[in-house]
Amino acid sequence: MSTIAMPTPDEAIIARKSEIVAALAAALPAETIVSDPEETRAYECDALTAYRCPPLAVVLPRTTEEVATAMRICHGLRVPVIPRGAGTSLAGGALPTADSVVIGTMRLREFLEIDTANRYIRVQTGVTNLSVSAELESEGFFYAPDPSSQLACTIAGNIGMNSGGAHCLKYGVTANNLLGVRMVLATGEIVELGGPLLGASGLDILSLICGSEGQLAIVTEATLRIVPKPEGARPMLIGFDSAETAGECVARIIRSGVLPVAIEYMDDVCLRAVEAFSKAGYPDCPAVLIVEVEGSDQEIADQIERIRAVAAELHPIEFRCSRNADESQAIWKGRKSAFGAMGRLGDYLCLDGTVPVSKLPYALKRIGELSKKAGLEVANVFHAGDGNMHPLILFNANRPGDLERAEALGNDILRLCVDLGGCLSGEHGVGVEKRDLMPTQFAPDDMAIQMEIKGAFDRAWLLNPAKVFPLEASRPHREGAATCS
Amino acid sequence: MQTNFTEDQLADPATRRSNEILRSCVHCGFCTATCPTYKVLGDELDSPRGRIYLMKDMLENSKVPDEKTVKHIDRCLSCLSCMTTCPSGVHYMHLVDHAREYIEQNYKRRWDERALRWLLARILPYPGRFRVALLGAKLAKPFRKLLPDARLRAMLEMVPARLPAPSPSDHPQTIPAENDRVKRVALLTGCAQRALNTDINDATIRLLRRHGCEVVIAKGIGCCGALTHHMGKTRESHQMAAINVRALTAEIDAGGLDAVVINTSGCGTTVKDYGHMFRNDALAEDAGRVAALAKDITEVLSDLGLKDASHAEPLRVAYHAACSLQHGQQVRSAPKDLLKAAGFVVVEPRDSHICCGSAGTYNLLQPAISVELKARKVATLEAIRPQVICTGNIGCMMQIGSGTGIPVVHTVELLDWATGGPRPSSLGQVASAESPRAQLVSA
Repeated sequence: MSTIAMPTPDEAIIARKSEIVAALAAALPAETIVSDPEETRAYECDALTAYRCPPLAVVLPRTTEEVATAMRICHGLRVPVIPRGAGTSLAGGALPTADSVVIGTMRLREFLEIDTANRYIRVQTGVTNLSVSAELESEGFFYAPDPSSQLACTIAGNIGMNSGGAHCLKYGVTANNLLGVRMVLATGEIVELGGPLLGASGLDILSLICGSEGQLAIVTEATLRIVPKPEGARPMLIGFDSAETAGECVARIIRSGVLPVAIEYMDDVCLRAVEAFSKAGYPDCPAVLIVEVEGSDQEIADQIERIRAVAAELHPIEFRCSRNADESQAIWKGRKSAFGAMGRLGDYLCLDGTVPVSKLPYALKRIGELSKKAGLEVANVFHAGDGNMHPLILFNANRPGDLERAEALGNDILRLCVDLGGCLSGEHGVGVEKRDLMPTQFAPDDMAIQMEIKGAFDRAWLLNPAKVFPLEASRPHREGAATCS
Repeated sequence: MQTNFTEDQLADPATRRSNEILRSCVHCGFCTATCPTYKVLGDELDSPRGRIYLMKDMLENSKVPDEKTVKHIDRCLSCLSCMTTCPSGVHYMHLVDHAREYIEQNYKRRWDERALRWLLARILPYPGRFRVALLGAKLAKPFRKLLPDARLRAMLEMVPARLPAPSPSDHPQTIPAENDRVKRVALLTGCAQRALNTDINDATIRLLRRHGCEVVIAKGIGCCGALTHHMGKTRESHQMAAINVRALTAEIDAGGLDAVVINTSGCGTTVKDYGHMFRNDALAEDAGRVAALAKDITEVLSDLGLKDASHAEPLRVAYHAACSLQHGQQVRSAPKDLLKAAGFVVVEPRDSHICCGSAGTYNLLQPAISVELKARKVATLEAIRPQVICTGNIGCMMQIGSGTGIPVVHTVELLDWATGGPRPSSLGQVASAESPRAQLVSA
């Protein structure tokens, strides 16, 4: 059994299932509701499959108003609501409980407005991250945050987790690219925050929403900043004989004052899995950096030379620039599919701890030691430029006891990240995966304030209630709120 | 992903294979993004990841399939777009094949559904029967609006206005190469294709002969088994496949074969999988040999190199990638490269990885989703303003052709024309006005 617990589901709510489903069905189109036990099972987890529980029902609305209707009904009947985007969370952000209703945003797929003069796009949040850039392609613009799951993940989930991605080194994460939202509160009230123009007056409530892990509201529409596509971009591959040297190279590149668009790290375990899928021709060595620079031809050439000089001091085994667009595409396809491709090697837990870039070499060395001690292989693939690590702990889900050992090792690695001055999560969110480690990063007072803010948006504590905060800490809120009016 | 099969369950080879496949899925969700039915319906149960879950649940618990599970698996096109997308290499095709067989054996469909499937399985794979059925359907077509069942209406909608007479090219024979023989190849003449369009095999044979191939139409060769295979009717599909394995093995033993050429990519995906289909059968070795020789016509031509391709007008051609070719067989660039080498201007529609909704018998069994996918495909194709649309699969040709006024031809018809064959008759008066060469002539 996993060491991560979920609250005991409320049997009284489960007993009222038919009443709850009937109330939803009376107010929403029939095809919006999924409630057969055979069907709800497919919604029992996201991309973190170690933890699973089918919900009471699933609602798949097509409009903000339908989301509001579903929320209002659930609120009235005091049923917990689990928001779900594409279900690609690696932290269990969309994990249901048996007494909850999942509200999915995947049918909110309209592109509402493109305004290149004022540099924004307005979308319904069920559109996928990559489709936003595809929609802007012909205009010469793109949406910068690019989580590796961008092919499938939705803007709703990106906002919920304040997602990052490889190119966030230069362009910032979701929070830096989100201008406004239309969202539904737990009560069903529709609220708009921000808008296309920069606005600094009043409290910046929008910043609270971004990264709130579906605990404050369900965002149904978003206004996103868009940026012009660069003249050109070129990735290079730098191979090293050790993880520490590659980590050192990252720190030196950043220190030298060059700002590449992306600096990504992959180790040999990961490279093998990824090469099988992408056929990108990655160097065959213990650690590889993908460094991408962009701009005019001259700017690209200048930056490559500066990076080459920095890397040369550390004697790389290989230094190679992409020769053409196809090769660049294959390099990125491999990197962005890395987590999925690791499935070729077995089951894994994917962590998301962040450390200061200068501590990368030490962190990589310590992770190696912890891995050896635990007797579980750890593959590393991550956004090195901003110190956002993604150690992948390999285990066998069909072997009893393996998951618990993997979880224990994961906890050790995340504590290491915090000890080094970093944090538990760079971009995947806390979800359930890192929930019980929150006290290693936050003092009780810090968490108390965060929980008060959640209570201000969601007095009844119905939205994604068992996530982010350790159950013990959130218990008074969850239990007290269930009876509040 | 964790699985829960007992040792007893794993003793069954099909279940063991499904367990391997399920174990390799990490539930990352990438497949949802490129699944046509998920794009249309927006419910994860109609995506590969949701279906994998339904299949896992059904197989692990040795369940009698429930109506909902069957509905969502029936809605799968088997376009295999998910397999192209999956970074983890999940073999969705073998999993869904197993699930369909399991459903066929353990689930009782409603009488009308059973009757329809029975009928399709007994008509489509047999060109003679299919031709008779088409003639009958042509007479009934004007009255289709009176039919209460959307599936029957869809069938009549698909009946083409023009039906060809049987072609002598499809009879068992050996046709010599035009000049020196470079290769000896067998042509799979297909089943439904032989009743619907005889130009494709004629053009294929001319092309192959022109490129130094002796073409064998093996005695007894028939439907590859794909149509019934996708309905979960394993007994029927294996019977048909076995006939082909034997017929082709006889040709391999007699005069040797360099390739088994397939010009219907839906069939190609299945023939290339014969080795797997018969892996626990006495025919395993022969089936493996046939599968290894199976090649799409464009793979064979790429190998041979296109000869003197200067005979066609340089039309603007929209290449529609059939799913069975781009996903099932992972053949992507060969057809486009050949068309370009033949002097055509090749353009591709947006979302070229998404299915047109034909998918074997899918357009007949799931008309609502199929019609939506057709509309989307036709819109993206018309948006790039082609003079002609070309593809490598008869199913896609019929599907797209029923939704647009732009002529739709098979890739081989254009390549045949470009290398000295006749201008495809279905091109009609097309486009010459826009073609640069024609402008020169008229000037």
